[in-house]
Amino acid sequence: MFDVHEMEINFGPQHPSTHGVLRVILKVDGERIIDAKPIIGYLHRGTEKLFEHMAYPQCVPHTDRMDYVAAATNNLGFVETVEKMLGVSRQIPKRAQLLRVILSELQRISSHLLWLATHAIDIGAMTPFFYTFREREQILDLFEEYCGARLTLNAMRIGGMPEDLPHGWLDDLATFCGKFGPAMDEYESLLTTNRIWKRRTIGIGVLSPEEAIEWGITGPPLRGSGVEWDLRRAQPYECYPELEFDIPTGRNGDTYDRYLVRMAEMRQSNRILEQCIPLIKQTPAGDIKAKISKVIRPPEGEVYHSIESPKGEIGYYIVSDGKTQNAYRCHVRPPSFVNLQALPAMAKGHLVSDLVALIGTIDIVLGEVDR
Amino acid sequence: MNKALMTYLLWPLVKFVIAFVIVQVIVAAMNWVERRLLGLFQARLGPNRVGPWGLLQIIADPIKFLLKEDIVPARAEKVAYFLGPILPLLPAFIVFCLIPYGPPPTFTVTRVNVGLLLILALTSTAVYGIILGGWASNNKYSLMGGLRSAAQMVSYEVPFGLSIVGVLMICGSLDLVTIVRYQEINAWNFLPQIVACFIFLVSMNAENNRTPFDLPEAESELVAGYHTEYSAMKFAFFMLAEYSMMIVNSCLIVTLFFGGWTLGMFGFGLTTDVLRGMGLFGGLLGAAIFFTKVMLFLLMYVWFRATFPRFRFDQLMDLGWKWLIPLSLANIFVTGLFILAGQELLMSWIGVILIALTAFYLFKPRRKPEPATKVVHAS
Amino acid sequence: MSEQTPPSSPPASPGAAATAPPARSVDEIKRDPLVAAAVSRVDDAIVGAKEFAGEITLFADRDRIVDVCRAFKNDGFVYLVDLAAVDYSKYPGHTGPRFSVAYTLYSFQKNNRVRLRVWTADKEPVPSVTAVWKTANWHERETFDMFGIEFSGHPNLERILMWDGFNGFPLRKDFPVRGIDTGARIYPEVFPEGGGPKAGSTGKPANDVNVYKGEWKRYGTWPAAQIGGGGNGAKPAPAPKPAAAVAAAPLAPAAPKEDADV
Repeated sequence: MFDVHEMEINFGPQHPSTHGVLRVILKVDGERIIDAKPIIGYLHRGTEKLFEHMAYPQCVPHTDRMDYVAAATNNLGFVETVEKMLGVSRQIPKRAQLLRVILSELQRISSHLLWLATHAIDIGAMTPFFYTFREREQILDLFEEYCGARLTLNAMRIGGMPEDLPHGWLDDLATFCGKFGPAMDEYESLLTTNRIWKRRTIGIGVLSPEEAIEWGITGPPLRGSGVEWDLRRAQPYECYPELEFDIPTGRNGDTYDRYLVRMAEMRQSNRILEQCIPLIKQTPAGDIKAKISKVIRPPEGEVYHSIESPKGEIGYYIVSDGKTQNAYRCHVRPPSFVNLQALPAMAKGHLVSDLVALIGTIDIVLGEVDR
Repeated sequence: MNKALMTYLLWPLVKFVIAFVIVQVIVAAMNWVERRLLGLFQARLGPNRVGPWGLLQIIADPIKFLLKEDIVPARAEKVAYFLGPILPLLPAFIVFCLIPYGPPPTFTVTRVNVGLLLILALTSTAVYGIILGGWASNNKYSLMGGLRSAAQMVSYEVPFGLSIVGVLMICGSLDLVTIVRYQEINAWNFLPQIVACFIFLVSMNAENNRTPFDLPEAESELVAGYHTEYSAMKFAFFMLAEYSMMIVNSCLIVTLFFGGWTLGMFGFGLTTDVLRGMGLFGGLLGAAIFFTKVMLFLLMYVWFRATFPRFRFDQLMDLGWKWLIPLSLANIFVTGLFILAGQELLMSWIGVILIALTAFYLFKPRRKPEPATKVVHAS
Repeated sequence: MSEQTPPSSPPASPGAAATAPPARSVDEIKRDPLVAAAVSRVDDAIVGAKEFAGEITLFADRDRIVDVCRAFKNDGFVYLVDLAAVDYSKYPGHTGPRFSVAYTLYSFQKNNRVRLRVWTADKEPVPSVTAVWKTANWHERETFDMFGIEFSGHPNLERILMWDGFNGFPLRKDFPVRGIDTGARIYPEVFPEGGGPKAGSTGKPANDVNVYKGEWKRYGTWPAAQIGGGGNGAKPAPAPKPAAAVAAAPLAPAAPKEDADV
């Protein structure tokens, strides 16, 4: 039974700052959180079941809808896993690889911009929201120019890319990269040295590196805790080995460090984009698909492959029975699902206001958590 | 009729109604100004559909509030629920009588010789409505919001009051008109009392539940805090009370620290006598100066809202109790020392030096951070 | 546990068939430097091995999975990447137990992954590895929710993605992909098998609930006319009448328990 000091609050599914339909049952003593229990499943759409009933190429749009904020990396993960099963990972032409990298990094910037917007507005600063969405509009315009869709891109195919770049796309991309550096300076000037921001984020939700690995956390939260591990470096895919970029790492594992890590990651992504533009201009135009059969029927076996999405490690575990064109089982390892598990451990002892900051700093997308 | 009735009842009533109307017009204008100005800060347009530049929004919003369905939660405490929005309005309206808007005697509604004390006492009662509203809504979030707000407002009453004590010591009176008259002969009070002015500014924001202290109405945490369950006109009353208190506080800071309706210091410039010499036009000029200064502070409110994140509740209380109160007490002590030594002018010079130092620190050219070309270790 | 002899096929790479390395035997895989140290500690619990697309999969004894996991964790596989189950009931040519639970592990030092698999049948619980890696908590809950595999020793084995009281395990092969006829079967005493309000329990006829009976307002012209007529003033095609169509459609019969498509 409850102590007379405790109150159970439902941080309900409908709430401006739960980033989707997340429900957290809080047991609070005044303002201190004694226990937090996340309840998910409100956005469960049976994606994994659907994967078993569709041919491999048909699954690609469904992967968009999981982490709907960072669709290109979801697509890329799935497509790369199937290519690994087919054994054609080495045969993707250079131009397609570079294009995949460009889209992934643009997606990383776009996802982190959305994270910054929502994190800042949860903590109370409403202006970065509008500034970051201004840059995000430019990225979404680039996506629309390429594949026709802004958010759920479906921009990758098994074996390459659907289409080649339209005319002038690379120039637009170069313009964006030029404008992005000063824009980052603008956001940083608003938040990074702001005393109130620092008071709200330093020391909140500290995760030690061992604990982070124990909870299976990946992505910026893991790097914020000091573990310098990024799948683009540890298990490189596409043409990342040829690109120069750094892995920003935090020191204390608190919210401020995760914030700095993501800000630095955006700058690094910009750097990757600027390197890719001249590289892709050197590749022959039109060479964007590997020579694989139209009917995707991987041999019998199982494979797990993961890439670095903006939220963490997104992995696909596909079991193929070698006979049908559908996956026999396709399980997605969503980074947000695993990162969210650590929320109770991070939130104990903090105030209710900090819970909002923590949900923002783990950067969850409920579409991915629930699939 | 009876001259006494005229002087003491009807004429102040008329003046009160005029002042009230002007202030309510400013409240409505503030609504529009806030939304457009926030839009300007945030690289977007504010409301611009309803009239030219969205000006008719000011009329559209009250119409909407009046016509909206008034939803009352089923298990709300009816009496307290209805009283909740009304209580913060009462002090806001009453205090308008006590503030001098222009050169006396025409432009002050009443002149109470303990005016400042009365104002402080009345503004403190605004907390009741918030607590009642939060508790009576039968909603845990509103309850939390109401309690937070109560604690915040009560804690920031103390530095609010203490920071004024320095001004009182210099000016020697609780009467607002005397304080303004003092400021035109000597420096405006923000110079000798720069620390107190700053404390008053911060407390004013906290009293008003405005960012960075808007935790009770923090949209992202408590949905809307103590006014979650209010709809239509009751919510409009809360908003009205908030904007009215903003204006009252701005009027207070202008009167106490920034010279009220005068534009002169040390006897030079547009002092009260000069304005009186210009007759009615001078009086109106004085009122215009006063309201311009008030608008500048209202713009400052909006600027704060656009820029700052909000404090967490315990940090807010920390700030109030551990920093502002000791600072204001120290200010009283130091002011007392200076007055004993008879060196009031020296205080003004110290104020000027402090302002110059702060400006230098804020605006000094800084090295641009170098771009991340190596592994960036955050913090 | 029964040993499954899966065909260990080399990665099929068209154009490189001549240079595909021959498949390794179970013992060779067990001696692979990636896993040799861990396997040597629990050698009798590892009953099979397989390699595909450069990944090693080891089959472990179900009752000893916790020891195996601990051995691997001590050997540096500190990170449990993924815990997934597969329902083999519709797998062509499969004769063993119905479910397989796959634990994908990663070692930071060796920078490589390994997979452990256990076989289990319906209603046979698998020991939980929550004590070994905390992250297994939600993974196992999800596996239980989706497949019905119980994990013994799990701190709070409840449904995570579906709601409490849902009857069925969605990712099993005999669960229809269109879903079962369930509304919110939270009150089993009140609502019928399969869930959902009883027809007539709310007082309204069941097929009348969300049908719009007014005239749908049309903005602009329907695109079909423009494409066909070329915009020369051809009359636009009339809008379909949704209300009548829905009212005319019969109530869908209760979905069969078996999915006919699979």
